[in-house]
Amino acid sequence: MLIIPCPDCGARDYTEFRYGGDANRSRPAHGGGSREDWHDHVFVFDNPKGPHREYWQHVLGCREWLLVERDTASNTVIAVHRARDREMAR
Amino acid sequence: MLRPMSDSYSALALARHAITRSPWPAAWRKAEPRKGYDVVIVGGGGHGLATAYYLAANHGIRNVAVLERGYVGSGNVGRNTTLVRSNYQTDGNTQFFEFSLKLWEGLSHALNYNVMLSQRGQVVLAHGPGQLDSLARKGNTMLLNGIEAELLDRAQLMRLLPYLDYSPRARFPLYGGLLQRRAGTVRHDAVAWGYARAADRLGVDIIENCDVTGFVTEGGRVTGVRTSRGEISAGRTAISVAGHSSEVARLAGLRLPVESHLLQAFVTEPVKPLVDHVISFGAELFYISQSDRGGLVFGGHIDGFNSYTQRGQFPKVQTVAECAVALMPAISRLRILRHWGGIQDMTPDGSPFIGRTPVDNLYLNAGWCYQGFKATPATGWCFAHTLAQGEEHPLIRCFSLDRFHHGDGLDEYGLGNWTWKQ
Ligand SMILES: Cc1cc2nc3c(=O)[nH]c(=O)nc-3n(C[C@H](O)[C@H](O)[C@H](O)COP(=O)(O)OP(=O)(O)OC[C@H]3O[C@@H](n4cnc5c(N)ncnc54)[C@H](O)[C@@H]3O)c2cc1C
Ligand SMILES: [Zn+2]
Repeated sequence: MLIIPCPDCGARDYTEFRYGGDANRSRPAHGGGSREDWHDHVFVFDNPKGPHREYWQHVLGCREWLLVERDTASNTVIAVHRARDREMAR
Repeated sequence: MLRPMSDSYSALALARHAITRSPWPAAWRKAEPRKGYDVVIVGGGGHGLATAYYLAANHGIRNVAVLERGYVGSGNVGRNTTLVRSNYQTDGNTQFFEFSLKLWEGLSHALNYNVMLSQRGQVVLAHGPGQLDSLARKGNTMLLNGIEAELLDRAQLMRLLPYLDYSPRARFPLYGGLLQRRAGTVRHDAVAWGYARAADRLGVDIIENCDVTGFVTEGGRVTGVRTSRGEISAGRTAISVAGHSSEVARLAGLRLPVESHLLQAFVTEPVKPLVDHVISFGAELFYISQSDRGGLVFGGHIDGFNSYTQRGQFPKVQTVAECAVALMPAISRLRILRHWGGIQDMTPDGSPFIGRTPVDNLYLNAGWCYQGFKATPATGWCFAHTLAQGEEHPLIRCFSLDRFHHGDGLDEYGLGNWTWKQ
């Protein structure tokens, strides 16, 4: 079972979370970006077999959005951060 | 060239082998990679093998290799729940999957291999009047395309499938269903073995334990592949690796609208004949049928986040079991004997990509989501046509890799662009 260590609530089953997808796909600036950029943002995935940065929201816990790094070949969680800390640090 | 050819399978051959007790020859040769081929197909699943067979059988292109990193049948072709049907309602899908079902109907003869097609009929259930209306619409679309379909009301459903939960306490009340009598199941391993043997008999080299690790390019064109068993040159190269599509396409510098997700399937201990049809639940993604050995075979939804682990998450086992019992309380005490997982290549609209890629000489077949097994013959047929002619077969133009650029997504279930929600 995939278990995600939430910085607020501790280790919890993944069923307490909502999956938010690949966190590496950055949205083009509002009003900006070519059609190609938007296409890639909406439809294209890196889909690596290995480390993957992704969003999870702890809906049945603290409701915090998390940025999780997980190895897709083993489901090992490599790192977890609050998404807002990371987004602000960008 | 002299090579051991496997006998044709027939009642006569069976009798001859019984009398002479001579061993049956291997169904296909263990081919060694040669220097080069007209067409190299990466991935020896159902699709890769079918493509090789139709290249040889329909187009006379026999200088073909299928490169499989594991063994034939180790991928999704040997892991699926064997359901075949053509009850689609979106233009493009309807015609393609009906073409595929027609090919299934003649496949055992074409391949001289019994693929055990069992047209036991599939019923899709409706749990409310709105859902029954939408099934009626789907049935009408099928009829307009010359595909038989029968709408069943609750009374007809009770006669056909008396063991479902019709009680007033049923969690999801049954209003009716849509029946396609020609739908059913096919023995999945036999499909892989049958196509492998038939392709081999036409001269195709099936090379197992051959991992493709890179592409050889010359001035932007793919001219061959690098493998764990050396470099092999190719006139045209085709990628058909299901769950590993993104990983292999990346070797050619391509990023795809594909994400890999895990789907589980289950089989119970064998019981006497009970479920004569394939039944699809309407309240969740859940479907059930009974194997010839008696086990109930069923599956549900993907696990919900991308993964290459091929190992399922327990909460899905629970959801699927809950669906089974909500639909058929009688099976609540059956034990699940085995469950397993496969990596599905999911796309933003639930539909696949077949055809040319932006890289010259490189062709792609990927993104089959839940529906690649039933598509196997038609994919092989149309992909072979595309590789032979250098231009897409008309039936697969709707599956182009650039369709999202033109707003032409083929979203059969209207779920939006989330791979993990398809
Ligand atoms: C549990 C489950 C149930 C399903 N049920 C159904 C169903 O009822 N009906 C239906 O229509 N579909 C179903 N599907 C989907 C269907 O099985 C797949 O879409 C289909 O089998 C994919 O095509 P394939 O047979 O060619 O794939 P595969 O058999 O997976 O073939 C791909 C092959 O490529 C090989 N490969 C990968 N990378 C490389 C490389 N680098 N070099 C060489 N070879 C490589 C793999 O080893 C593999 O053998 C199901 C899938 C799963 C997982
Ligand atoms: Zn939390």
